[in-house]
Amino acid sequence: MSAVTASRWERFRDSYLWYSFRRDKVAIVSLVVFVAMVAAAFLAPVLAPTDPYDLAQIDIMNSELPPAGLAGSDPAFPLGTDAQGRDLMSTILYGTRVSLLIGFGAVVLQSLLGILFGLLAGYLGGRVDAILMRIADVQLSFSTLMVAIIVGAIFKASFGNLMFGEIAIYLLILIIGIAEWPQIARTVRASVLAEKKKEYVDAAKVMGFGTPRIMFRHILPNTLSPIFVIATVQIANAIISEAALSFLGLGMPETQPSLGSLIKSGFDYIQSGSWWITLIPGLVLVVLVLVINLLGDWLRDVLNPRLYKG
Amino acid sequence: MALLDVKDLDVRFAVRGGDLQALRKISFSLDKGERLGLVGESGAGKSVAAFSILNLIAKPGYIAGGQILFEGQDLAAMSDKQLRKIRGNRIAMIFQDPMMTLNPVLTIGTQMVEALKAHRRISTRDARAIALKKLQMVQIPSPDKRLDQYPHELSGGMRQRVIIAIALLLDPEIIIADEPTTALDVTIQAEIMALLLELCEQENVALMLITHDLGVVSQVTQRMLVMYSGRIIEQGPTREIINDPQHPYTQGLINALPQMGEPGARLYQIPGSMPSLSRVPSGCPFNPRCPFATDQCRTSMPNYVHSGNVDVACYEVAKLIEQEQSLQEEDR
Repeated sequence: MSAVTASRWERFRDSYLWYSFRRDKVAIVSLVVFVAMVAAAFLAPVLAPTDPYDLAQIDIMNSELPPAGLAGSDPAFPLGTDAQGRDLMSTILYGTRVSLLIGFGAVVLQSLLGILFGLLAGYLGGRVDAILMRIADVQLSFSTLMVAIIVGAIFKASFGNLMFGEIAIYLLILIIGIAEWPQIARTVRASVLAEKKKEYVDAAKVMGFGTPRIMFRHILPNTLSPIFVIATVQIANAIISEAALSFLGLGMPETQPSLGSLIKSGFDYIQSGSWWITLIPGLVLVVLVLVINLLGDWLRDVLNPRLYKG
Repeated sequence: MALLDVKDLDVRFAVRGGDLQALRKISFSLDKGERLGLVGESGAGKSVAAFSILNLIAKPGYIAGGQILFEGQDLAAMSDKQLRKIRGNRIAMIFQDPMMTLNPVLTIGTQMVEALKAHRRISTRDARAIALKKLQMVQIPSPDKRLDQYPHELSGGMRQRVIIAIALLLDPEIIIADEPTTALDVTIQAEIMALLLELCEQENVALMLITHDLGVVSQVTQRMLVMYSGRIIEQGPTREIINDPQHPYTQGLINALPQMGEPGARLYQIPGSMPSLSRVPSGCPFNPRCPFATDQCRTSMPNYVHSGNVDVACYEVAKLIEQEQSLQEEDR
């Protein structure tokens, strides 16, 4: 009996996506590193030697211990400690988790907004298009970071520091999500403009389908590949935005460190020789963003037929 | 009463500096189970006519006047919601390019089930059963497999069969086929045309066939319309028009066909080309290319005259008919 209706796994195994992935060493390494980092971050409560959120486990006497191998290091803290005596490995694991959460959350939010507005603008055209895209243009003419700083500062001022600390993750997701939606909206709109001229859209209209159904069920799936590519890159961007905001003191509080606030907390001590508090989280951030961008590049090469390399 | 009765349909495109008239008050009707051919050059307004029937003219086009009576209801005056109940359900449409009309990211089964569910309260299981039945009707090999396949996994001919199956899915009264075989291989063309003809006869569906191919029209349709520059210049029973074309344009079209009896002979060409919508000449739109054009043709648009069962819009034909009648009277 021939397997006519191939299972999903078989389809995936035969697909161009898997084929090109297997032949691309950079993509494989990037994915392995990325998955390892995500796994480590989300298993932080299990993997981390100490809980940086638990003040009882912190001893100020352990502050600013260097990483293993340097004079004065403590074997209990392989990556050293920060100025408050927290184990740097634990804080990095927890911090990566926070950064990833904000990165993914913000991208989900900006994708929702971007897809919705992009579809509406592209498909309905006319006045809707003009209004939505002018809003996007206005927003793009400010730097993303500036929008985020203004919104963040307003929130921080109106909620107060303590309250802000509790809801900081959600606020950052909201801020970065709202600040970056025009990127995705423009991409979606451009592909919708190309798709809506195709005959299958006419055919769908002739079948008597309503506008929402045509937009979301027929056109949206055909615009997913550019959305995937840009969303991947946007995760990296969101993580960087979060780090930048935290570095400026508008992001995660030091009690719930993200990679950005870790870098910032170490920055004050870098002149006094404790370089590791800044450098190690910085390296983790760079590697994380790099592998996500490399994966995004690979995805773009695979999903964009015009870039096929013989 | 005819199933579909188009009266003085006037379709225009709003462009900078005024409207372009794409359909100049065309009128025709289509009976239940009848097969009507619509021929003309590219740009004559055939596809515009097809889309206007479903009131689906895309902006900047709009219906400026006239009626499209489907079972007595005017489609031109209907709300979008009412129209959606008719589109696909009562009047289906088949497009030119089977490569483009199926959504590339949805399986055949999904697309068929979706179409059924949009118009009927029906379970997915029942919808799949109907879809399978229709795929069997279009004689596609191993129809049960096709439901779970994507359009790119099928050949052009198979896709056009699927599209015909989708058109028949909701048992429509009318199928509008806009050059259904143009994008296919010549051998497949004949198969698909035969299939479409057979299914329309079997299901008693009215077919409006839009095509360049006079051969197909003469084989498949019972009546035909000849369009030129947005006007119907000749309409009547297909056999009469093909055997004895009245309008100089129709004569030119038929003379341009290669004849079996005279191999190697040079084909006739109608001099010039059809004017674009923005510069349609005054009077009869065909007058600059017409060998019989007179001053009258250049100034005013001819009305329809009856020649046998055929309606023709031509002064020359009208004159010939008058002469014939006066000769007959003299004989008496």
